Amino acid sequence: MSLMAEPSASGRFGEFGGRYVPETLVPACQELEASFIEAWADPVFRAELDDVLRTYAGRPSILTECKQLGAKLGLRLVLKREDLNHTGSHKINNVLGQALLAKRMGKKRLVAETGAGQHGVASATAAALFGMECKVYMGAVDVERQALNVFRMKLLGSEVEAVHSGSRTLKDAVNEAMRDWVATVETTHYCLGSVMGPHPYPWMVREFHRVIGQEARAQCIEEFGDVPDVVVACVGGGSNAIGIFSGFVDDRSRLVGVEPAGGAAVSRAQPGVVHGMRSYLMQDEYGQVQEAHSISAGLDYPGVGPEHSYLASIGRAEYPNVTDAEVIAAFQLLARTEGIIPALECAHALAWIVRAAPTMQGQTVLMNLSGRGDKDVAQMMDVLAK
Amino acid sequence: METEFRAKRAAGRKLLVPYITGGYPGWQDAVRACAAAGADAIEIGIPFSDPVMDGPIIQQASQAALEGGATPVNILHEIRSLDVSIPIAVMLYYNTVHHAGHERFAAQLRSAGVVAAIVPDLPLEEAGPWCEAADAAGVETVMLAAPTAPDERLPRVAARSRGFLYSVGLLGVTGERTELAATAAALAVRLKAVTDVPVLIGVGVSNAAQAKEAVQVADGVVMGASVVRRLIEGGAEAMGEYIAEVRRAIDE
Ligand SMILES: Cc1ncc(COP(=O)(O)O)c(C=O)c1O
Repeated sequence: MSLMAEPSASGRFGEFGGRYVPETLVPACQELEASFIEAWADPVFRAELDDVLRTYAGRPSILTECKQLGAKLGLRLVLKREDLNHTGSHKINNVLGQALLAKRMGKKRLVAETGAGQHGVASATAAALFGMECKVYMGAVDVERQALNVFRMKLLGSEVEAVHSGSRTLKDAVNEAMRDWVATVETTHYCLGSVMGPHPYPWMVREFHRVIGQEARAQCIEEFGDVPDVVVACVGGGSNAIGIFSGFVDDRSRLVGVEPAGGAAVSRAQPGVVHGMRSYLMQDEYGQVQEAHSISAGLDYPGVGPEHSYLASIGRAEYPNVTDAEVIAAFQLLARTEGIIPALECAHALAWIVRAAPTMQGQTVLMNLSGRGDKDVAQMMDVLAK
Repeated sequence: METEFRAKRAAGRKLLVPYITGGYPGWQDAVRACAAAGADAIEIGIPFSDPVMDGPIIQQASQAALEGGATPVNILHEIRSLDVSIPIAVMLYYNTVHHAGHERFAAQLRSAGVVAAIVPDLPLEEAGPWCEAADAAGVETVMLAAPTAPDERLPRVAARSRGFLYSVGLLGVTGERTELAATAAALAVRLKAVTDVPVLIGVGVSNAAQAKEAVQVADGVVMGASVVRRLIEGGAEAMGEYIAEVRRAIDE
């Protein structure tokens, strides 16, 4: 059996996961679980999703070998180009799946949280495509540093609400989206943006991103005749990482999820419960959730999806972290050596590769380039001017 | 608490449970004022960084309490020295319990003199381990029932509830509303049909008139945002007057 099989009946991966939600939301989570199981087994649904992924999102995404940078680092560096998807990141895979499912369930409105704005833009895009109403919650700090994406969401016809509570970042946007959902659950689907939250989200979102790993594995076998030695991705909630890991979890490949130093939930290995799930969580001595701090809005999150906690706890995947300074250097490095401007999120993955390169000489390293960096250009202009 | 609530109900009294955010400046005076104004029990909120079931007023009070240095440990310590004669329950989010450990936290509640706990992000399916620890320590766990629950679910939630059964008044988070939602009475009626545990309506019961309307079908009310707002705006005394006004309305 695959290491990434279905979670237990209570939605657990080992001792992580579960469904810690207000009673009001329990029936909605149960309904979503039942609808997902039914749709995922239905060839008509699968064909509809495959079709929209191919003809709208632009799948499959290509592999790009970084010849210059690889030579510089002494390894073979290969990128899975999720940045080339429509809307500019991997987030669209999950959103198209959830939006089609919401439509099937008769829900006419989506709510979503967003950090970097990529999930918000993807949700706004799907809402426009399928004629649904959409409201996106975004921390006030992120509204400022990802202003371009705020405008894109509005242009696509969605409402964006800045969240001023708590740390005013992704964690607080999730709280506010959940509060909205508690009040509107009868008409609204909560389009959660990562492999987190209450069961069935971590599982369902993983299944919608499995396509990344499936494609990547087939592409690696075809182009290099083997699976990569190392598979690397950045981890906020962990959806792009789980997507690419899913293709290689049962192979010999080493799996590496890279967190920001200021949001390194897995390294601290302290289980907690927030946002509907039991998982590793940054918290103080009384269980108050701590604020994460990262240059990248999409990774500025004190928790992590439960399946990553599980993979870490059994030693199948490792979760190092990198500093903002390393990320800024990696961001520029990829632009200059390969002509690709990465999102700050996946620049974390590259930052780790640069650091660990001396220990991976001659190896094939597959990195998930989860998004493009256009959204970060204004922020980086300020950072680099200093 | 349940024994006392059942006895009061048998005597024809409607139950009034105000909510106060623990650690908010003046909260201990507020608790005493509630007791003096005729509350039947007090629900003390232990502030949490991420209160997903709370609207703006209680979020504001929680944040102020946390910024003032409130912790579960010092709030429980202060509850022990409160010296009020009515039962004290706490409302808290599950990570506070999870982090401390079930047995340890149940023992801490017990030794603080807390008789019941309400954990709004711990639904029936996840409640087992905590409920066992709480039962063993003699702490009653109040379960919440929501308007979205199918009929089949309600008796199972009621059967696991101790102290009373919290009938969630509306679809949404805590906060004041101009009218009592139609769902409030409808759910209380459904619950009364399947359980004899006292049923109290909470979330969205926002003034004396709404409380009076709620107790036409329920055994009592839990009132949060309207109470905390008065504490924020006018201090313990103004809040006490408000509790007395609600008391008169539901006794009429
Ligand atoms: C490009 C990109 N990569 C990664 C992430 C982090 O999310 P996850 O860890 O779920 O992949 C985000 C989130 O905003 C993103 O925009």
